[in-house]
Parts: sequence; C-alpha cells; structure tokens
Amino acid sequence: MVMDITPTTLLTLALLGYVSGSLSGLVFLRHEKLANIFSFGFATLAALCGALACVLSLTAGPNAEAVYLQLMPTLIPYLQFTVHLDALGAFFGLIVSLLGCALSLYSLGYVRGFYGRKNVGVLGAFFNLLLLATTLVFLADNAFFFLMVWEIMALSAYCLVSFEHEKTETRNAGVLFFVMSHIGTGCIMLGFLLLFQASGGYGFDGFHALGERFSAAFHDRNNPDFPAALHQLLVRRDAAFLLFLVGFGVKAGIVPLHTWLPAAHPVAPSNVSALMSGVLIKTGIYGLTRVFFDFLGTPPMWWGVTVLTLGIISAVLGVLYALMQHDLKRLLAYHSIENIGIILMGYGAALMFLHTGHPLLATLALIAGLYHTINHAVFKGLLFLGAGAVLHATHTRDMEQMGGLAKRMPQTAFFFLVGAVAISALPPLNGFVSEWLTYQSLLQGFGTTDSLLRLMFPIGGALLALTGALAAACFVKAFGITFLAQPRSDAAANAHEVSPTMLMGQAILVAACVFLGLFPTLFLKVLDPLTQQLTGLQISKDLTLANGLVLSGVNQAGGTVSTLGIAVLSVGLLLVPFVLWLAFAQGTKTRIGPTWDCGLKGLTPRMEYTATGFSKPIRMIFKALFRPSREVQREYDFSPYFTTSIRFEAHVEEIFETRIYRPLQRLVLSLSRRMRALQAGSLQAYLIYIFITLLLLLVFAL
Amino acid sequence: MKPDLLAILLQMVLLLLLSPFISGCIRNWKARLQNRRGPPIVQPYYDLAKFLRKDMVISEHASWVFSAAPYVVFITALLVGLMVPMVTTRAPLSLFGGVLAVVGLLALGRFFLALGGLDPGSAFGGMGSSREMTLAALAEPALILALFTVAITVGSTDLSHIVTTAQQSGWDLLNPAHLMAFAALFIVLLAETGRVPIDNPATHLELTMIHEAMLLEYSGRYLALMEWGASIKQLVLMALLVNIFLPVGLAPDGSVAAFGLGLVIFLGKILVLSAAVVLVETANAKLRLFRVPDLLSAAFVLATMALLSTFLFH
Repeated sequence: MVMDITPTTLLTLALLGYVSGSLSGLVFLRHEKLANIFSFGFATLAALCGALACVLSLTAGPNAEAVYLQLMPTLIPYLQFTVHLDALGAFFGLIVSLLGCALSLYSLGYVRGFYGRKNVGVLGAFFNLLLLATTLVFLADNAFFFLMVWEIMALSAYCLVSFEHEKTETRNAGVLFFVMSHIGTGCIMLGFLLLFQASGGYGFDGFHALGERFSAAFHDRNNPDFPAALHQLLVRRDAAFLLFLVGFGVKAGIVPLHTWLPAAHPVAPSNVSALMSGVLIKTGIYGLTRVFFDFLGTPPMWWGVTVLTLGIISAVLGVLYALMQHDLKRLLAYHSIENIGIILMGYGAALMFLHTGHPLLATLALIAGLYHTINHAVFKGLLFLGAGAVLHATHTRDMEQMGGLAKRMPQTAFFFLVGAVAISALPPLNGFVSEWLTYQSLLQGFGTTDSLLRLMFPIGGALLALTGALAAACFVKAFGITFLAQPRSDAAANAHEVSPTMLMGQAILVAACVFLGLFPTLFLKVLDPLTQQLTGLQISKDLTLANGLVLSGVNQAGGTVSTLGIAVLSVGLLLVPFVLWLAFAQGTKTRIGPTWDCGLKGLTPRMEYTATGFSKPIRMIFKALFRPSREVQREYDFSPYFTTSIRFEAHVEEIFETRIYRPLQRLVLSLSRRMRALQAGSLQAYLIYIFITLLLLLVFAL
Repeated sequence: MKPDLLAILLQMVLLLLLSPFISGCIRNWKARLQNRRGPPIVQPYYDLAKFLRKDMVISEHASWVFSAAPYVVFITALLVGLMVPMVTTRAPLSLFGGVLAVVGLLALGRFFLALGGLDPGSAFGGMGSSREMTLAALAEPALILALFTVAITVGSTDLSHIVTTAQQSGWDLLNPAHLMAFAALFIVLLAETGRVPIDNPATHLELTMIHEAMLLEYSGRYLALMEWGASIKQLVLMALLVNIFLPVGLAPDGSVAAFGLGLVIFLGKILVLSAAVVLVETANAKLRLFRVPDLLSAAFVLATMALLSTFLFH
C-alpha cells in the first residue's frame, strides 16, 4: 500500500519526529555522540516533514481538506488537544520548520564543542521539546491547549537558556527570562478568560465567531440606542487588546518589555539563540496576528496608533542599543527588538487601515509585517549561526578580541555578510523587499484619513529610514570588526573554518535569504490563503507585474521594484569595468604590500579601529539617551605627558533597566519582605487564611 | 513596459562621460573663486585614465571584501543613475525601482565602501568608515522624508511618475513646501557627496577626512572605480534634485530633437546647481564633526516642515 503524502501524514511524522528526537536525547544521556546524532538527526528530519506539510497546505488551494488532528481524547471539558493547520498556523509552522531544519543540521556539528563538558543528551532533548512545543503553539486550536504548549515552550526555553548554568550571568538571565515570560503568560491567560466570558468556549472557532460580533457591535456604537451590554462588551475587548499586547509583547520583545531578550539570547548556546531570536519571539507575533486580525474584529483607531508607535520606538531604540554592544550575540539580540519593531509598524498600519475601511491597504501592510517576520527569522537565524561559528572557533563573544576571520573562515564570513546585507535592508536581498512593502503601505496610508494622525505615516517612514541606516552602520561594525583586518587576539589568529554540517545549516538560510529577496512575487502567492483568512482579500496578483519579475505597490502607479532585475542587471553591468580593464589595465600588476603606517614601524592590531571606537560618534550624538560615562586612570612616572599605563572604562546606561525595572524590582522585593510577616510558618495560621479566603469567596458568590 | 536597451545604453554613456566633467567643473570653479588657477576642467578624465593604467598595491591584511568593494560602489552608482530620469521624463530602469530602490542602492554602495575602509586595518580607514556611516544614518531620514513629501503629493515612489506629474501640474518653485524640501535635499546632497561644511574633498589631513580616509589604501583601477563611482553618485543626486524640483525641459519622448534640447537644458541645470555647490563650499568653513549632526537635523526639520505645509495647504 502506498501512503498518500498529505499534509496530515507529514505533520504527524513531524510531531513524532520531535518526540523521538527528544526521547533519544534522554535514552542516550551517557553517550554523547549517539545522543547528538539521534536527537538532532530526528529534529532535522522532523523539521523537513513539517516544512513540507506547511508548504503543501499553503499551496493546496481553497478546496483542499482542512488539516485536523486529535492528539488525545478529551478527558476534561473544554480541554481539547486539537491541532488545526490553518493558513496562519501553516505560515508560522513553515518558519519554525525551515529554521528548525537548518539549526538542527548546524547543531550536529556545533554541539561537538560541548563533548566532555556538558551533557549533549539534555540539550538535544530540550531542543526537540522546544521545537515540538513551538510547532504546537502555531497549530493549537483551543485556548487551553494553546496555553499548555505555550508554557511547555517557555519552560524548555528556560532550560536551554540556563544550559551553561555554571556561569552567574547565565543563571541571572535564565531567571529574568522565566519571570518575564510568566508575567506575559499571566496576561495572555486573563485575555483568554475575557474572550471566554464573551464567547462561552475556549475553541478558536468560537473566538473567530466572536470577532464578527465585536465588529458588528463596534460599527453600531454611535447608534443612539446602543445597548449598555454591548458597550461593556467593547470595553472588555479593549481590555483584552491591552492584555494580549502586553502578554505577547513580552515574548516578542517590544520596548519597554524587552529587557529579558538581550540578557537571555546571548548566554544560550548559539543554536538555541538562533532558535529563540528566529522563532521563539515570533510566537509573540503569531499571537498578536491571531488575536488582532482573527479574534477581535474591527479595531478602533487607537489600537493601530498604539501598535505603530510601539513599533517605531522598538525599532529605533533596538538599533541604537545594538550599536553600543561589542558582544556579538548581544548585538544581534538587540537587533531582534529592532526587527520586531519593523514588523509591528506593518501591523499597526494594518490595524489603522482596517479601522478606516481600507482592506486592500490593510492587506498590504499585513503582508509587509508577515514578510518581514519570515525574513527576520531567516537572516537572524543565519547571523546567530555565524556568530555561533565564530564563538566555536575563537571561544569568545567579544568583538574586540576578533578580527581577520574573513581569511581564516571564508565561508562563514561570506554567509555572515549575506545576512548582514539582508538585515540592513539593502537591495537585492529579502530585508529590502519587506521594508519596501512597509514603506509602500506607509506612503499609501497618508490618504486614508483626514486627521492629523496621518502625519504618523511619513514620520514613521523617516524613522524607518533612520533605523535602516543605523542598522547598516551597526553591521558594518559587526562584520568589519569581526571578520576584517588583523586578528586582535591569539584566539582569532588561530581560528579555523567550522565543520561541513555547520556550514550547511548556514547555507540553507543563505539560500532562503536569496530566494525571498529575488523572488518575492513567487513567495507572495503563498501568503494568499493567509490574507484570505485574515482580511478576506488575496492580493498577490495586484502586487505582481511583468510575469513576476517586478513587485509593485497596490497599484502600478504607486511604485515598482524588481530585486531580480537589479541583481541580473548588476551582473550585466560588470561588463563596464571589464571593458575598462581591457582598454587600459591589461598590462598592470598587483602587488601585496603593507598598509600605510605613517612611516612608523608597521601596524599592529592595537592600532586598528575598535568596535567601541566605531560607534563613538553615534554614542556622542545620542548622548541624551545613552548617558555615557567614562573613567580614565593614567599612571605616569615624572610627567603626565609620558603615560606608562592607562585604564579606560566606558559605560552606557540602559535607561529602561535603571529607570523602570530596578525601581520596580526594589518595590517588589520590599513588598514581599512585608508579606513575609504573613508567612509565619505555623500550620494553624495557614488554615485560618484558607478558611477566611473561602468565606470571602462565598460572600462574593452570594 | 520593457526596459529599453538603447535608453539604458545612452543613459549609461551619459553617466560615465558627464560625471567626471561635473567634478572637474566644481573643482576648477572653486579654485577660480578662491583666486587660484586650479586644475583644468578635464583633469578628472586624466586622473581616471592614469589610475586605470597604474599597478595596484593591496594591503597584506585585506581580504576579498576589499577587492569586491570598488565593483559594488561603481555598479550601484550606475544602477541608481539608470533609475533617475535625466534627459527624458522616463528613466530607463524606472520599472526596476523608484525612490526607495535609489536610497537602498546608495546605502548598499556605502556599506561596501565602509567595509573596504575597515579591511586594511588602518586606523584612518576605520575612522572614515565610522564617520561615514554615522553621518549617513543622520542624512537618510531627511532624504527619505523630503522624498516622501514629494511622493505623497504624487501618490507614487516611481521617479518617472513624480517627474511627469510635476511637469504637468506646473508646480511653481515658490511653493513653500517645495522650497523647504529642496533645501533639505540640498543639505543631504552636500553630505552625501562629501562637500565642504560636512567633509572636505580636497583634504588629505588624516584627522579631518571622511570619504578620502576610506579610499586611502586604494590604488590603481580600484581607485579609479571608487572615484568614478563617487562622481556618478554626485551627478545622480544632482539630477534627482533638479529634475524633481525643476522639471523644465525634460524630453517627454524619444525623438531626437526633444532629446537634444533636453540634454542641453539638463546640462544647464546641473551646471547651475554645481555653481551653487561651489558657492557654498567657498563661503563656508568645514564644520567640526560634532556640529554636523546639527546641520543634518536642520535638514530633517526642514523636511518635516515641508511635509507639514503640504498637509496644511491641501
């Protein structure tokens, strides 16, 4: 019997694969090689199946069978373990599977660095569990089930972050992640409870139907005899919006809820950092998409304004703080905040357009956000893998110790450069495409409303340009200081290229970057079922011109761009330098010589520009934000002009931590100290508390 | 719809041949205005020919990125040039990208230029790269906002579309929104082409240079490509400025007579703008590095005010 390859079978295989990967990690706890091969091998295959399932289901067309899976029988009312692969879930499932595949392949080589030091089996088990839980988050069809897998995801991520728990930094980051993550989960729970109150069930279908009721009530709100019950419904909806925004915002890393992100992402093993930055924070974006565009109905104006503003703030602050880092992975983590901001700019614009009744533009803005979501997953995954390769080769994350790696690790350098160009939104790669779509929707948005709010769109566009240019500056620094010039330490000087599986993992993501960059019109077709589900429109045809060569705004007059054309033409234009060479330079020779050293005795790595020096102008220009402080101590023998040794220390204040979180933390600690009086340790007292609580609850119930 | 091969070729030839001339004019006129005799106007052509024939010395610390940078800089400048309408209202590559692609491609060139500056491991190159990227980061929002102001009135980011609409509606240059957007773009032009209040193209004093510092290690044909790329970029930005705000005389179609007339008018406009650049360069001293952000934020404020006044007058 030949088994039909349907999304359902593939999906089942993928889930089983993750389970087996997880179990084999535990079975081979004492055999690190076997644990590595089996757990990450299973993960690679499972992710491959998952990716295929998602692509099949996205391209299946409107008449395809819905993909439902019942994982377990329903034992408790409301708690149904149903998996439903709808278009939105499939899109995010594609992201986790694509990245999971590349990362697992990379891990096969990467975790060898832990042999003899750490337990690889544990890493493999939790890695698979995280992939499984994340996949299920995107597929869950019921709020209870969603929260369960959400929690499993958070816990397995916590275990992975704390993997190298012998370092204090790691432990602190792990705890911060744990606390923040649970604040978020609490908000999401409350949000779902509000939705449950209104719809009477926990199924996502019920929530979807609720969305239509919300919309109807919202359109009716200016009616003179608008019932008070409906008015209350709308107030609850606003509360749910805020709760979900905070809850999912923590996970996504929106400023000011972002502080856990730059702490937790760098300390995890690099394959895990890539998974966290690429996929885990996207679960927040998934939640926001699901709730905003599927459950909550037509939004009021202020939702869009809030989201757009938060997006702009996150984008600009994320990149500014990223510029100040010289820890390569921390720098990348801050860039995740920036990119989440860019995604939210698309979402905020989409919400505003939905409010003003421009579904076409809303779809464009939504597509911009979704496109940037997959783009960020791909290039940030790639960059973290590159950083991991560098860490693997040099055993340091500090850029000031690196340099000259382009010669020692040529492939990794090339892959990292591709990622850097992509994340800086430079044509012709994928970051440019999604930012182009964002710009287009912002530009077209100017005509949608007459209020002063429309000024937000061009100003947002200008700040997006600022973000892009600062990101480019940051990646010139990240790539230039890490890979170019002379090595700044022995570790960097003795670095070697990493193993083939690690390179292959990166190559997959490079290919994805190039594909998403050069063939956007092909990829937009995949988004059609998704926008059909969320806004009721399919606009890939409107965005495609000249047989898919050219990407256009919603109308051709609005502007067009062709990344493929640009790429092909730039290869063609190489003819010009070639002709010049033929005409003039054929007889010339090339000599390798020392860099100009002003007639001194040769340059040393200490004379090179440093990462801190590179970003100094920006630190000075934005000093109101950074509040830089520095401390210089000189020692000299007989005159201050002849310094014998110098010590220099520079700090940048992380304003959210010092101004918001530290005071908050002190407040919480002092409150809990007072609460301790209640916790006297005597059983009788506790029984009395329980009794009083019960009485109070009874009083309330009556 | 299809990109016209002949138009591409013609515009490419125009870019390649005209750009050194404009650089030469600016250099020569500036010298004259400062009571020096100055190099002949055709000097940049001699320089380029000389550089192309010279042997190259490449730093022992440099990697392949150093060699890739000149090509990227040169080709992105050419591509941008093909997307901006110069003599005719229709740019040969307008279908391949508008305002946003222009800004993006310029940024791509700058990205590699800065990497090329860092690669040989000299402190000068790093300093130049750091300053270039910082100033570009401040100039870019002003550039985008000023261009957005124009794009919003037309409802398009397509430069050919913008220019055609401008020509038809006969915008007068006295419109305050346009004057302010023009001023903002002019400041950005000075910053992007490394002109005096921001950078000094003539200096070789190590601590003050920005653009030149990144080129310090380049020689031979790589230097030729870098220099040529820079002057093409300068011509393109000037064309962008004059054709958006003064779309007089752009040939609407491909007829030879209209093309000839368009070419003459285009040359005239560019030369007038070059004269303005010369005046600004002569009348001002170079700003201290940390005063430049003030100037660029002034450009941003001008662009914002341009936007506000468009909003108020509509």
